[in-house]
Amino acid sequence: MHSTRSSVTEMTAPLLSIRNLKTCFPTRAGLVTAVDGVDLDLYPGECLGIVGESGSGKSVTFASVIGLVRSPGYVAEGTIRFDGTDLRNLEAEQWRQLRGRDIAMTMQDALTALNPALTVAEQIEEVLLAHATDLPRKGRWEAARARAVEMLRLVGIPAPDKRIDDYPHQFSGGMRQRIMIAIALSCRPKLLIADEPTTALDVTIQAQVLDLIGDLRRELGMSVVLITHDLGVVAEHTDRVAVMYAGQVVEIGPTQELISQPKHPYTRGLIGLIPRLSDLDAPIKPIEGQVPELIGLGGICRFHDRCDYRLPQCRSDIPMVAVGPGRQARCIRAKENLS
Amino acid sequence: MSDMQHRPLLEVRDLEKVYHLNSGLLQRIARQPALNLRAVNKVSFSIQPGETLGLIGESGCGKSTLARTVLRLHEPTSGSITFEGSDITKLPHREMTALRRSMQIIFQDPYASLNPRKSVEEIVGLPLSLHGIAKRGEIRDRVVAMLESVGLKSAHMGRFPHQFSGGQRQRIGIARALILNPSFVVCDEPVSALDVSIQAQIITLLESLKRELGLTYLFISHDIGVIGHVSDRIAVMYLGDIVEMGPSREVLKAPKHPYTKALLSAVPQIDAGARRERVKLTGDLPSPIAPPPGCKFHTRCPFAIERCRHEVPALRDLGGDMKAACHLVSAS
Repeated sequence: MHSTRSSVTEMTAPLLSIRNLKTCFPTRAGLVTAVDGVDLDLYPGECLGIVGESGSGKSVTFASVIGLVRSPGYVAEGTIRFDGTDLRNLEAEQWRQLRGRDIAMTMQDALTALNPALTVAEQIEEVLLAHATDLPRKGRWEAARARAVEMLRLVGIPAPDKRIDDYPHQFSGGMRQRIMIAIALSCRPKLLIADEPTTALDVTIQAQVLDLIGDLRRELGMSVVLITHDLGVVAEHTDRVAVMYAGQVVEIGPTQELISQPKHPYTRGLIGLIPRLSDLDAPIKPIEGQVPELIGLGGICRFHDRCDYRLPQCRSDIPMVAVGPGRQARCIRAKENLS
Repeated sequence: MSDMQHRPLLEVRDLEKVYHLNSGLLQRIARQPALNLRAVNKVSFSIQPGETLGLIGESGCGKSTLARTVLRLHEPTSGSITFEGSDITKLPHREMTALRRSMQIIFQDPYASLNPRKSVEEIVGLPLSLHGIAKRGEIRDRVVAMLESVGLKSAHMGRFPHQFSGGQRQRIGIARALILNPSFVVCDEPVSALDVSIQAQIITLLESLKRELGLTYLFISHDIGVIGHVSDRIAVMYLGDIVEMGPSREVLKAPKHPYTKALLSAVPQIDAGARRERVKLTGDLPSPIAPPPGCKFHTRCPFAIERCRHEVPALRDLGGDMKAACHLVSAS
């Protein structure tokens, strides 16, 4: 292994293990397979980036993990194991015990995810009173409030003891995102799923929020899944990255190696179309065409009609192949030196 | 500088846009204090023909208001706008309407900016009939030609906006803006709502259209990578002020103003080698209704000194076409 973190994590058992996950949504046009055969492992203390465009299945994959696929969508196949528990066969009460305590998720849009009718204090205390086992029996409310103030301080809200009684609309976008992170982290979960935590934010605030998540990860020893469309964010903040396209993982590996030597043509494409501040004259090369409709795709490479390297054989089912230590790509030409 | 020899296409002097809040009848009766929101604060800049000026800054800094005030979609409070040599600040409505042929805008949200009840032919052809430029038969031909030059097909003419993807909708918005052969186009966050692979398609389209049609852009984006790629010069805005302006390369390689430095260092880079040491800002953008005294940036600036708290820094020439508004920056 090149990176020390990967070599350590590969030996321990994964905290989260997803195998052959398939999540479908019936629509009038047909059955949309939004996630189609996803395999992922997340190791303790690791930050895994999930990168892809809209419709790639990155959010639905983790909505499936946390049991929040919106009806009429459903998980059709596969296993999801978290810390020894099979997440696909949990009762509502078991989910209630797990979500918020061991697994927490922050949503993309903090304004709609927070309850506008409750103060920030009420929203953080609710989680603590439901899950925190170490609150004293006497004075539970006071203890929960004190911890809620502490969480707000931790995420960098100024004057947290005063602001805690404000409502979400009284905070700026960056602050709301922090409040959501405070709620998610209030019970010190083992796993934080951060779905586009900074997409709606300005870059200076984005940097603050991502640094905060990184600091808290190290402090609390949790694992983080960072779902984003921004490869720059992935490059700066994750240990490993999985690239998703049209419902499948098409490439996975240690972040630095994957970005410096992408093996899948889609990953190369994604990297090629980022305007770089370090090289203003480098042309950006768009990937022509569009993501395919996720209906009845069957066994073909989903990227083949946009791919510069396609062969006739690409119209068949393409498996993930190992392309180096800890690296896999879903391309029959992944081992060639394409240029 | 070679561009100094030409007459600028657009010249803006001390442009100001103030919104009066609490000025409604009920609010006055209730004696609520009158508040002034200075969205654009005595801003001056010029754009040469064929040039792209990039405008960057965080949300709420006034970049969209500035662009719309330049087009007089918002009426300026004071200052002057000179377009193709004539002062258009006070131009009467009718003449301004005629001038709009030459000044167009591409909007951020391709979902909200197209009328869902009109076909593509109607949307793209409307400017022609509004300005009485083409007869009905000709409109169709010109719409077809325009659609083809933005990468759509004539078969798309009868379709409605909801039948298109975000990227295609943005192409429709571009076709509508360019069908009048404008010389100046404001691109207001034209790719922010799009997926990265589609963003790149739209950026390359805007660049090739600029070359083919000899356009001049005022390009607004909060994405500094995009701005760096398309712009010849860059202006950085903070709370209604331009705090730094200069050739793209200089601004991005060697920014002078601490705010620009912080902004650039916060952009996530995929090349490990291109990463800069983070200039950390504390706190959020202050309220534009009650901006801090002195330099408006001093509340978040890691380098602020006593002087910054009372004295407003002027946008000063630093040589080499660079300008910055900071007490701590000296001309090189």
